[in-house]
Amino acid sequence: MTKNCHNDYKMKFSVDDEYPDLTKHNNHMAKALSKEIYGKLRSKSTPSGFTVDDVIQTGVDNPGHPFIMTVGCVAGDEESYEVFKDLLDPVISDRHGGYKPTDKHKTDLNFENLKGGDDLDPNYVLSSRVRTGRSIKGFTLPPHNSRGERRAIQNLSIEALSSLEGEFKGKYYPLDGMTDAEQEQLIADHFLFDKPVSPLLTCAGMARDWPDARGIWHNDNKTFLVWVNEEDHLRVISMQKGGNMKEVFRRFCVGLQKIEEIFKKHNHGFMWNEHLGYILTCPSNLGTGLRGGVHVKLPKLSTHPKFEEILTRLRLQKRGTGGVDTASVGGVFDISNADRLGSSEVEQVQLVVDGVKLMVEMEKKLEKGESIDGMIPAQK
Amino acid sequence: MPFGNTHNQMKMKYSSEQEYPDLSKHNNHMAKVLTPAMYERLRSKETPSGFTLDDVIQTGVDNPGHPFIMTVGCVAGDEETYEVFKDLLDPVIEDRHGGYKPTDKHKTDLNSDNLKGGDDLDPNYVLSSRVRTGRSIRGFSLPPHCSRGERRAVEKLSIEALASLSGDLKGKYYALKNMTEAEQQQLIDDHFLFDKPVSPLLLASGMARDWPDARGIWHNDNKTFLVWVNEEDHLRVISMQKGGNMKEVFTRFCTGLTKIESLFKERGHEFMWNEHLGYILTCPSNLGTGLRAGVHVKLPNLSKNAKFEEVLKKLRLQKRGTGGVDTAAVGGVFDISNADRLGFSEVDLVQMVVDGVKLLVDMEKRLEKGQSIDDLMPAQK
Repeated sequence: MTKNCHNDYKMKFSVDDEYPDLTKHNNHMAKALSKEIYGKLRSKSTPSGFTVDDVIQTGVDNPGHPFIMTVGCVAGDEESYEVFKDLLDPVISDRHGGYKPTDKHKTDLNFENLKGGDDLDPNYVLSSRVRTGRSIKGFTLPPHNSRGERRAIQNLSIEALSSLEGEFKGKYYPLDGMTDAEQEQLIADHFLFDKPVSPLLTCAGMARDWPDARGIWHNDNKTFLVWVNEEDHLRVISMQKGGNMKEVFRRFCVGLQKIEEIFKKHNHGFMWNEHLGYILTCPSNLGTGLRGGVHVKLPKLSTHPKFEEILTRLRLQKRGTGGVDTASVGGVFDISNADRLGSSEVEQVQLVVDGVKLMVEMEKKLEKGESIDGMIPAQK
Repeated sequence: MPFGNTHNQMKMKYSSEQEYPDLSKHNNHMAKVLTPAMYERLRSKETPSGFTLDDVIQTGVDNPGHPFIMTVGCVAGDEETYEVFKDLLDPVIEDRHGGYKPTDKHKTDLNSDNLKGGDDLDPNYVLSSRVRTGRSIRGFSLPPHCSRGERRAVEKLSIEALASLSGDLKGKYYALKNMTEAEQQQLIDDHFLFDKPVSPLLLASGMARDWPDARGIWHNDNKTFLVWVNEEDHLRVISMQKGGNMKEVFTRFCTGLTKIESLFKERGHEFMWNEHLGYILTCPSNLGTGLRAGVHVKLPNLSKNAKFEEVLKKLRLQKRGTGGVDTAAVGGVFDISNADRLGFSEVDLVQMVVDGVKLLVDMEKRLEKGQSIDDLMPAQK
């Protein structure tokens, strides 16, 4: 069935009639989707029925941010990246620093390969966190999945997570079944996720049937957290106060691998291939899907004229402490890796660890009124 | 758009039980009617244009409902939806439209000469009068489901048809996506401009996709006749003016609508209509006449009277705030309109408004003088 995203009548109209008006748009999809490409792709659909109109709807409905380049397209299943490669390859290349259709992505979740990272100065580095996403093979993705699929993912996830032990022993809280007290606690711990309000997400269809089959799992220690059926099938987060990123990353890698083994036993491994790495809903999260970051006090460095340049050279990005699209408060910034695809997990966390170490040293110099000119790094 | 899923091939691998929505916290017409057995019967069907059961119900699944207001919770994606999914929609229609049965016939009457009176509602109380309805163009799917190409074709046809109106109805079209700042400000000042819907009831049905592509507003030079293109329905047609001359408002409404209909027919396109459901619109609540005729009327005393709600019910009228649906009254001024849409003709409904408002104003005047209204209480219409 073609759809109207699945509307069968649309093929009666010409490409010109159906091609979206992208004249006021500024997102990766709008840059890449020529009328020719649209014409080529519009009659196709993936085996589960996802069409090019499904892929691009969020980008059509959200012309974009004047300063932030949004992606403007999503995958509905693993096959989207193949069936719609004519659109998605250029988007991926543009978003991921020139990554080519023939490039190979390396996965490295061996935390022992990380050098250092256990000694970031806790007077400056307030907390450390690593997150990623995972998609379960055999199911379609959040923009497209049915209630039955979403519930099956939840069931599998609960089974997998409830068999974790030791430091990973924990509990699952389904969104539609938590008590008021549980909800209060999850909010106080900053763990609770709510129905998305961002039109970037809602226009992609991932909030359908909320809160059915959505939930949060975390270990008793509150240092390892899994979101089920939010923007991806799974979002996995390891975090703790202070600057011991090595420990955070160790727990991240160990926990992820344990979870993956259990899913594999049920014949539902994670979606991955050697070109795109881990397959996720948003093309911006392909590869490692990893964002490793710290909350760090940089009141002086952040007002230095070379701050942005330093971040770019270190391949890092800044956000406010509320996460994406928030402002920093009190000179505290969220600093994390900018890359996702084309470098491994270890490499990306190494960049964060080394880069943050350098920036804290620069901050200390500036505190003493000294120059940091000699410390400006080369482009990584 | 349903956004994806609703046309997901994988879902048929799951049992009906696994796919059936959790409606335990829901209070809308769809949730009252959709049993697991019904879901199972209908879940593999689709209309010729590809609209599925999950498309029909998505808005009702995503919006559990209002504690006081019974929302509909389902939409049509095309004309055939009402046939293919009649097992669900017939009971919804029956519940929403006062027991309307699958075998009932709906009467259309757009002859304004048949309206008695209505030209003399007291303008000291009746501040303005308005009649609106919707129309769908046969051959295209509806706003929850239409593609950009379809929507643009509906806009193009509408512009052509409206551009050939003349005399009192001569006017101009303002496309949402390229109006000037000045035009936009004027339309806001005139209270004509509609914007991208924010209500989750509407958004969840997919009707805001591709906004503002192919959406626009047409109005006559006199600013008394207005057409919205591609908002919640293909067309929304509105006739309005200050004061209490509902007869004139309704006459313009009927003349304009009939003219527009013949212009569409000349171009090979009819309005969706059948003798059971009358005019076919996106929301089942607007079937039949799709007509809401109302006034803004000052009833500060009557609205505080213990019998106000009962009087409205007997007159088959409903109240809203002056901001429209789901708003509160300000300064004792209420929007009073017909409660029914289906099973009564246009003339019948406007007659009820005209007669009912006349009575309400009489009651207000009594109460102003400190007199009783007991002898004025109407019988159930």
